[in-house]
Amino acid sequence: MSAFFRVAWHVMRKDLTVEVRSKEVLLTTLFFAVSVVLVFSFAIVREGRAPDDVAAGILWVAISFSGTLAMGRTFERERYNDTLRALILAPAERPAIYTGKLLGLLLLLGLVEIVLVPLIGLLFNAPILAYPGMLAALLLLGTLGFAAVGTLFAAMLVRVRSRDTLLPVLLYPITIPVMIAGVRGTAALFQAAPDESMARFWIALLIFWDAIFVTLALWTFEPVMTE
Amino acid sequence: MNSDFERLAVVDVARHYGRRKALSQINFTCASGEIVGLLGPNGAGKSTLLNILATLLAPSIGRVEYGERTVADGGAEVRARIGMLGHDLFLYPELTARENLSFFAQLYGLSDIPTIVRAALERAGLADRGDDFVSGFSRGMRQRVALERALLHEPRLILLDEPFTGLDQASASALVARLRERQRAGCMVVVATHDLDVADGLLTRAIYLKNGRIVGTDTDSRGLADRYRRAINNSGGDKPFLSADLSAEALRAKVEAPGAKVEGLSKS
Amino acid sequence: MKHLTTPFIGISAAMLAVAPWIINAAPYESTMGLVQKVFYFHFPAAILFLLAATICGVSSAIFLFGKRPNADGWAIAAAELGLVFGSLTLVTGPLWARKAWGVWWVWDPRLTSSLLLWMIFSAYLLLRKYGGPGSDKLGAGMALFGMANVPFIYVSVNVWRTLHPQTSVVPTLPADMGIPLWFCFAAMTMLFLSLLSLRARLEHQRARVEALYLAEDEA
Repeated sequence: MSAFFRVAWHVMRKDLTVEVRSKEVLLTTLFFAVSVVLVFSFAIVREGRAPDDVAAGILWVAISFSGTLAMGRTFERERYNDTLRALILAPAERPAIYTGKLLGLLLLLGLVEIVLVPLIGLLFNAPILAYPGMLAALLLLGTLGFAAVGTLFAAMLVRVRSRDTLLPVLLYPITIPVMIAGVRGTAALFQAAPDESMARFWIALLIFWDAIFVTLALWTFEPVMTE
Repeated sequence: MNSDFERLAVVDVARHYGRRKALSQINFTCASGEIVGLLGPNGAGKSTLLNILATLLAPSIGRVEYGERTVADGGAEVRARIGMLGHDLFLYPELTARENLSFFAQLYGLSDIPTIVRAALERAGLADRGDDFVSGFSRGMRQRVALERALLHEPRLILLDEPFTGLDQASASALVARLRERQRAGCMVVVATHDLDVADGLLTRAIYLKNGRIVGTDTDSRGLADRYRRAINNSGGDKPFLSADLSAEALRAKVEAPGAKVEGLSKS
Repeated sequence: MKHLTTPFIGISAAMLAVAPWIINAAPYESTMGLVQKVFYFHFPAAILFLLAATICGVSSAIFLFGKRPNADGWAIAAAELGLVFGSLTLVTGPLWARKAWGVWWVWDPRLTSSLLLWMIFSAYLLLRKYGGPGSDKLGAGMALFGMANVPFIYVSVNVWRTLHPQTSVVPTLPADMGIPLWFCFAAMTMLFLSLLSLRARLEHQRARVEALYLAEDEA
């Protein structure tokens, strides 16, 4: 087991080192997320103010859109010098490699969310500090569910020519439950009369989904990665 | 349990991509201390065969035996004894040479990594440039780092895909010297190349591939170019050109010798 | 199974040909009017849609972990049929909705989850079509997630929107409506099963032809 976490740790650290050097994925993903928020604002803002109850939806749409971009880019990097092959060729457990890639992606998306959430709070007057713990839990669990499936699919699609279009096509329908839970849970916290028990219900559901998604992904990574 | 192996046997391997036959009826063996060359024009199936030997691709028919094992009985243990230098070098350009080597050393679970990495950098002739980014290296320097990366864990089976492309004379001879050294250490080396000038004199056996088939094998390491041309050009018919008694039939007889598994051969 | 396909198709074709008369003979439902008749097709299609999802997911798991190449044929056959019966469900559903709720589409749990499932089937088939070599394994991975999603989609959408009364009408149907319903259900199930086995057989034979073609000069 310690070998598993050692490999996952090194893969994650390698991804983060590369990212700290180039900052490419972080900056482009962040800028894209902000653009998504703005595009949605233009679509819904009437007479200078946004309707109530849209902040949560826009936040999660921005996370899922920019998350897809980040997944595509991190695996494009592994494709560039065919390094994914080298990772697969190593005698390390393959699920450990998956876990490392997933953790790296989670950290990256976490950084994006640190900018995105205050921005949403500012633009849409959302009370992001009312329940910081529960909001953080929703964001973490929702991102984990989304990224767990996304990392697996992005890795599967590395060898496929039309990967850029197929990734969102496959990912969005599968991750809709996570999105619903994230949006509904966050909306319950953002609304005028916050509904704590509702948010707790969605958090519990997210934990359940994450467990299923992560287990399934760890389980399928090995067979789908051998051609 | 010892996962090392002294012999590699490719038994009746074929690989298809849909209807396209990338490889068919590939049979050969490689013993420790041999350098086998896979020679052939582009699209002959050299890379596919190397990827099958590296366990990255599963053969559609047939099997590869690493000593007594196949990939099915010991995935990670077999992979731990294989080192591959891919055509795309398998290096992260954003990392330094040292970081690249340490990262893979960690993935392979090696101990005393700083010493191993320092020694590898020295062998690559880059002891003083170890902390420079790989993106700033010339093709030859990258190739040397990539080779040392593939050899970090002292693999028994070394697979090289077009290692001579883009190398100048000095780098090519350094590579040849390094492979010779590994050969003496008892490694098996399989090189896919179309650079006959460098291959000449290096190989203990040449296997000529064309359109996914073995069209000839050769145990005379000198003067490959002429026989290569004959093998490739005369292979219009189904009869393989053979310069030595290492035809597919002879090899099959060897493989069927006592101790070798026979199942899977019957289908041809 | 092979020998049963032809009679099955014949019987289901005959049954489906008779179905309009039987549906016509069923009593006229006063609140829904003529639209109620769509139910005789809608309900079987929806059930078979879910069955297709299950078959596709289970065969994919067998293909991926059990390394049984034939299972892939069943998975792709089930996915294609799932798309067909899903489309049937999604077309007949709004017809009902228009009459019952006055709008073509409501974000009702069942409608939404059916739409999502239909999207997952489409995504799976897109992957199979454009995924290139190796898409069978990738598709199997995708199908596994799709199947795992079915109950979750249902639960989540259920909590998300609860305006729709969760009544199950089927067991309480009067006999003169129940008999045509089960008749249609039997006819469509037979059609589904025979198409499924035909499509899977086609896929298996294609694989065999491929294998024969490829093995032709291996000997």
